[in-house]
Amino acid sequence: MYRYLLRRLGFLLLTVVLTSLIIFSVTQWLPGDVCRIILGREVGEAAIVECRQGLGLDDPLPVQYLRWLGNFLTGDWGQSYSTNSPILPTVMERVGNSLMLAGVTMLISVPLAVGLGVIAGLNENKFVDNLISVLSLSVVGLPEFVTGVVLIQIFSFQFNRWGLPALPANSSIRPGTGFIEALPMLILPALTATLVLLAYIARLTRAGVVEELKRPFVRTAVLKGLPWSTVVVKHVLRNALLPTITVIAISFGWLISGLVVIENVFNYPGLGRLLVFAIDRRDLPMLQAVTMITVLGFALANLTADLLYAVLNPRIRLGS
Amino acid sequence: MTSQTQPEPPILEIENLSVAYRQGGDWLLAVREATLQIRSGETYGLVGESGSGKTTLVLAIMRYLGENGSVRSGSILLQGRDLLALSKGEMRQVWGKQITMVPQNPQSSLNPSIRIGEQIAETLRFHQEMSAVKARSRAVELLEMVHIADPERVVQNYPHQISGGMQQRVMIAMALSSEPALLVLDEPTTSLDVTTQAVILDLVKELIQGRRTAALYVTHNLGVVAQVCDRVAVLYAGELVEDAATADLYSQPLHPYTRGLLDSVPRLGELKSQVQLRAIQGQIPPLGDRSLGCVFVSRCPLAVEICEQRPPLYEPDPSRRTRCHRWEEIQRGEVNAKQPASEQVRVGIEGGEEPGGSPLVLDLEDLDVHFPINRSLDEILRGGEPQVVRAVDGVSLEIKRGKTLGLVGESGSGKTTIARAITGLEVKTDGRIDLLSMSLPADLSKRDLDTLRHMQMIFQNPEEALNPYFTIGESLRRPFVRLLGMSAGEADRRVEQLLQSVSLPASYASRMPGQLSGGEKQRVAVARAFASNPDLLIADEPVTSLDVSVQASILNLLNNLQVEHQSSLLFISHNLAVVGYLADTIAVIYLGQLMEVAASQDLFEPPYHPYTEALLSAIPLADPAADQKQIRLEGEIPSPTDIPSGCPFHTRCPRFLGDICVEEIPPWRVDETTGKRYYCHIPVDELKAAQERVFSMEKAE
Repeated sequence: MYRYLLRRLGFLLLTVVLTSLIIFSVTQWLPGDVCRIILGREVGEAAIVECRQGLGLDDPLPVQYLRWLGNFLTGDWGQSYSTNSPILPTVMERVGNSLMLAGVTMLISVPLAVGLGVIAGLNENKFVDNLISVLSLSVVGLPEFVTGVVLIQIFSFQFNRWGLPALPANSSIRPGTGFIEALPMLILPALTATLVLLAYIARLTRAGVVEELKRPFVRTAVLKGLPWSTVVVKHVLRNALLPTITVIAISFGWLISGLVVIENVFNYPGLGRLLVFAIDRRDLPMLQAVTMITVLGFALANLTADLLYAVLNPRIRLGS
Repeated sequence: MTSQTQPEPPILEIENLSVAYRQGGDWLLAVREATLQIRSGETYGLVGESGSGKTTLVLAIMRYLGENGSVRSGSILLQGRDLLALSKGEMRQVWGKQITMVPQNPQSSLNPSIRIGEQIAETLRFHQEMSAVKARSRAVELLEMVHIADPERVVQNYPHQISGGMQQRVMIAMALSSEPALLVLDEPTTSLDVTTQAVILDLVKELIQGRRTAALYVTHNLGVVAQVCDRVAVLYAGELVEDAATADLYSQPLHPYTRGLLDSVPRLGELKSQVQLRAIQGQIPPLGDRSLGCVFVSRCPLAVEICEQRPPLYEPDPSRRTRCHRWEEIQRGEVNAKQPASEQVRVGIEGGEEPGGSPLVLDLEDLDVHFPINRSLDEILRGGEPQVVRAVDGVSLEIKRGKTLGLVGESGSGKTTIARAITGLEVKTDGRIDLLSMSLPADLSKRDLDTLRHMQMIFQNPEEALNPYFTIGESLRRPFVRLLGMSAGEADRRVEQLLQSVSLPASYASRMPGQLSGGEKQRVAVARAFASNPDLLIADEPVTSLDVSVQASILNLLNNLQVEHQSSLLFISHNLAVVGYLADTIAVIYLGQLMEVAASQDLFEPPYHPYTEALLSAIPLADPAADQKQIRLEGEIPSPTDIPSGCPFHTRCPRFLGDICVEEIPPWRVDETTGKRYYCHIPVDELKAAQERVFSMEKAE
């Protein structure tokens, strides 16, 4: 198990180094001179040269890469080209926001999706199963901006009109807002993300349950005379949920950095919107920082998934 | 049999039980009016081939039929209580408490992610309301009861950490934890090796004795039944055709099907030159296509007009029953229920060797096949010898023209790897493989078509050996066109002849494999192998996946074609009775190394290699009256990554001498009188003096 952990950590390191190389190279090849972007079109050639020297842009690329990576690792992420403010606190604030949204989404989607999947799996090919399949699949087909807008229409505008406690349509929380204070604004974007994940997780869970129910050890458990609830919870779910847990962990990576559309619909200040902003303004250091954090998030989510799987599966944990 | 003064009521009473499966809109009868009783302390064998309905009957008793199965009529009484009247909730009080089950495959029947101890303890806590602590210590006691050496450790283990034999002990411990009224054993040793099987069967016998539990033992293996059961019922196509005390059933079967079953398997030590196997003609009719009269009528040599009517359950005497109209004639010996010997078995020319000895077709010398174990970067950096699996280690064998070499070994012994190395599917590490005195390249890609023509293979599973998208004709045409360069028209004519030679109608050429039964598919596979008139045929467990009644016909067929083509045969199997029957010479292999090589008739006589001796003692003989020594091997087969030093068998050898076996590689010893050679430190004379014949049976007539 210890060796397994070491190996996974090694892979994680390798992933991060490789992506940093790719990010660095890609941003080098982007069209347009960085100093032109910063200083604008009107300045003279001398100012550009000075600017390039200041930023070290004339050094050989390997030197630039190592300097950039070194700075990144030591926490010196530089200044944003567009806002002239330090990048690290900006990104970290967004990371915090994204984590909050991801957390709330998980709290809603995981029990809901797993619950529906288990119910569907235990009633394979019966009415409940078909109903759950049809509903979850019809929702997943809709793009996020549609479901988001529909949710806003219902929970904000209609609820407001009916005099019910409405949820805010705009989720642009201000920096430093506490979790409790932010919670009402998190619910609608979290619901939208839930609808994306729901069918995926539920169907995977269902498949796991259906498959495990057919295993001989389930028959053993039933023929021991154990109560059906014990058979399901202890003997079926324990094995059936293994792949689901892995997928949930990986989904967490997507929730942190992949919610570009949802964040835009709800005006939510997460990493996704920061990424769009950085691209829009050709803010290279910001772009590099956001992508690095994104990749790191994904890699960590994957690592967690692998480790969870190993911990929960004695055949991997103890070798065979 | 126990002669009780006041007969107790039976533990299990099944009366006229019919079970059907729904297919489309119809109910197809899988078990037809079965009646049986099992008394306290009795072990009752239920024998049947696949499709006989034995699993259906067991599931009906357990009230665990699938959603498409249902009991149509009849009753099942457990200690006088009607099981069919119980609700699911009430059954939970019966399951695991009054009826328990030991399944066929212990590995998949244990939950992989729960510790052994907890899997035993949960039943105790639930049914016997034990405290967690008490249940845990009881689990340890139960493991002690099934002779697990360190139960304290095993309760902490997960199933994958213990061997198959140990897993089955755990299942048995679990099944007996509640002192059930009825114990159902569903092929409990079928997935185990023969030496492990022997130990488990001993355990089952030991634990059932001294208990009041009634045991229902379900199996297809006539040997196991003879060794374990007090009574036997024979099931055919859903009908219980015969039911008798074990000794009576084996000495005088009163149903032609029972007779057919007993004649279709070779008994241990029988040779093809002495005894002819009689296959049961035809095959089990599928569900929904069964005679309303006697179910066996289509395959019975004694069928007459009356057999179109269903026979009642005749009672020749109070302790036996049969569903054959002609049982009295059979009992009086007026008719012979034996199957006709349609496929006359020919025995190869004996002694008529060419001057200078017949040429060697296959000659293996010091064959090694080693597999490297993948190492992590860390291990490579640390250095040291790379670990290898020595799957085949220094094997030397030869086969003369027209002869059969039987290679027998347990799982993991390397027997299949040898076959794969000869055919080039596996690349040998070292040694020589000569076919017709020509050295073969190790790699298949370096061999030419001619080599393929000289050497053909028959695989274990006919389902996978034939391409499901080719017609039978297309599959058979290929060797003619590709290996012999024939034109399409000529090949088609040959396909017809070929089908005829394996007793299949020519119309089969246009069928797809899916339309054939397992036995027919294996016939096609045999036909394909002989198409190119090969010098060497390699058959790897060719009858293992087939039903007993079909096995015999394939063995006879293989033998006849071999004699006709004067091909040499390398026959690989774990079944020593089958190998002994078909082979001229037998090689016994253990952990990749040969232990003994002997002519078939000599293998069953001392001196034996101690491993052969143990194997012969472990095989359950299909004869309740047989006399067999009890030699049991300790422990498990060591891992091929960690083969013991010196003699590889020393860790389990009942004739272990001491340090010499651990430290020194044994010599090959030769018994001058028979030419038998074996790999052991004990000299021929000493071994001969120490050993008696392991088993003796009354010779079949």
